[in-house]
Amino acid sequence: MSIKFSKDHEWINAADAAAAVVGITVHAQDALGDVVFVDLPEVGKTFAQGEVAGVVESVKAAADVYMPVTGEIVEVNEALCADPSLANSDPLGAGWFFKVKLANAGELDGLMDETAYTAFAASA
Amino acid sequence: MSAPAAPLLTTPLNALHLELGARMVPFAGYSMPVQYPAGLMAEHLHTRQAAGLFDVSHMGQLKLVGPDAAAAFETLVPVDVAGLPEGKQRYGLLLNDEGGIIDDLMFFNQGGDTLFVIVNGACKAGDIAHIQARIGGRCQVVPMPDHGLLALQGPQAATALARLVPGVEKLVFMSGGGFAWNGVELFITRSGYTGEDGFEISVPGAQAEALARALLAQPEVKPIGLGARNSLRLEAGLCLYGNDIDATTTPPEGALNWAIQKVRRTGGARAGGFPSADKVLAQIDDPALLTRKRVGLIAKERVPVREPAVLENMDGQAIGQVTSGLLSPTLNQPIALAYVQPDYAVPGTEVFAMVRGKPVPMVVAPTPFVPTRYYRG
Repeated sequence: MSIKFSKDHEWINAADAAAAVVGITVHAQDALGDVVFVDLPEVGKTFAQGEVAGVVESVKAAADVYMPVTGEIVEVNEALCADPSLANSDPLGAGWFFKVKLANAGELDGLMDETAYTAFAASA
Repeated sequence: MSAPAAPLLTTPLNALHLELGARMVPFAGYSMPVQYPAGLMAEHLHTRQAAGLFDVSHMGQLKLVGPDAAAAFETLVPVDVAGLPEGKQRYGLLLNDEGGIIDDLMFFNQGGDTLFVIVNGACKAGDIAHIQARIGGRCQVVPMPDHGLLALQGPQAATALARLVPGVEKLVFMSGGGFAWNGVELFITRSGYTGEDGFEISVPGAQAEALARALLAQPEVKPIGLGARNSLRLEAGLCLYGNDIDATTTPPEGALNWAIQKVRRTGGARAGGFPSADKVLAQIDDPALLTRKRVGLIAKERVPVREPAVLENMDGQAIGQVTSGLLSPTLNQPIALAYVQPDYAVPGTEVFAMVRGKPVPMVVAPTPFVPTRYYRG
């Protein structure tokens, strides 16, 4: 299972559809700068695709984190709350934001693959 | 369809910014570096620890020349201009006829009936037109668009600059003078916008890049963008024009009474005589007339509070608004400047900033948030 990307600059790894991992992209953390704060959703809460599920902030800016797919939050990254700089140093790894139980795996088909996202981010 | 945006102006350091890998943003009509590859946090901390070089060439530089220049300028600002000794700099406020602040500025007595004035980039066209219209008949108003302005800020700024320009280390805070570097005439003041010791250097635009390269070649010095400039100035408790003060705020509302010397206040030898003096002096003499006042705030939780967050009291009533706010890189705590009803302006008062619908407790705090380190000799 490969990683998919949203136009809102989130990535999702749905290798486990019951706990797909979501974070912000390399491009997003670079645009934002040094991340100093994250606000993560409550476990158990359900969001529709495109809804605001969290917030990520640098010194200079705040950005919403959008749900790339519809689903229920099953876990959040407490380590990221304690050390928000993980979103910069390892955005695709230790800097993940939350895990979501997919409501409709078909939504993944509407997201971009890495090649498409790289082109999208370069033109943004 | 919206009108096409005017093309951005560039400063004399534009090519250098691009070469250094800066991320450029529109600011005050100019393409300016918001950060370099090191990033805002590293740039901020480097300035507090060593020395940072800032391109502030977007700011407006002008001279007021003539035997009547100081007296004429006093009709525009509630500040002691005539009493400023030669070789010294002072903070000033251009007021409109309602007592609101058109701009804040620095002015310097260069001697020879010449005041050197530095105003905000976004305001400079309006400022110069205003000054020309009001006092252009009493003195020459001479804009200096061909000059760049560099700021070198930080505890090692004096060491670095003195290597290139011996003698600057003898200047004290808010003083300055003319210096030569490689045959280039510089005008250097010991002042800045970060709360640190440091200098501002007016340099002919054609030589600005060479000077910037010479400064960056010093081991203490790194380039710093507008992002860190903003976080540094907020830690120092300094107002950002357009955010923390504007044409609707009076100096007493903006907690800027310190900028109005006794000689211009009620009972002073040159009391009043500036726009809306009656209103402004009445607000100083009777603070009960104020309906709002600018304060500093520090959050009790580590949730960044940004402008324009609404401030509420314990009962959920709106009592003010944040005008600048961010997470302080030095303190690792959220800090802000805000306007509150005067009853809530006392240090130690607890208020609540509404962030995404949730109240973040904040305490009214004295500014600067980070102690200043100006060099006073």
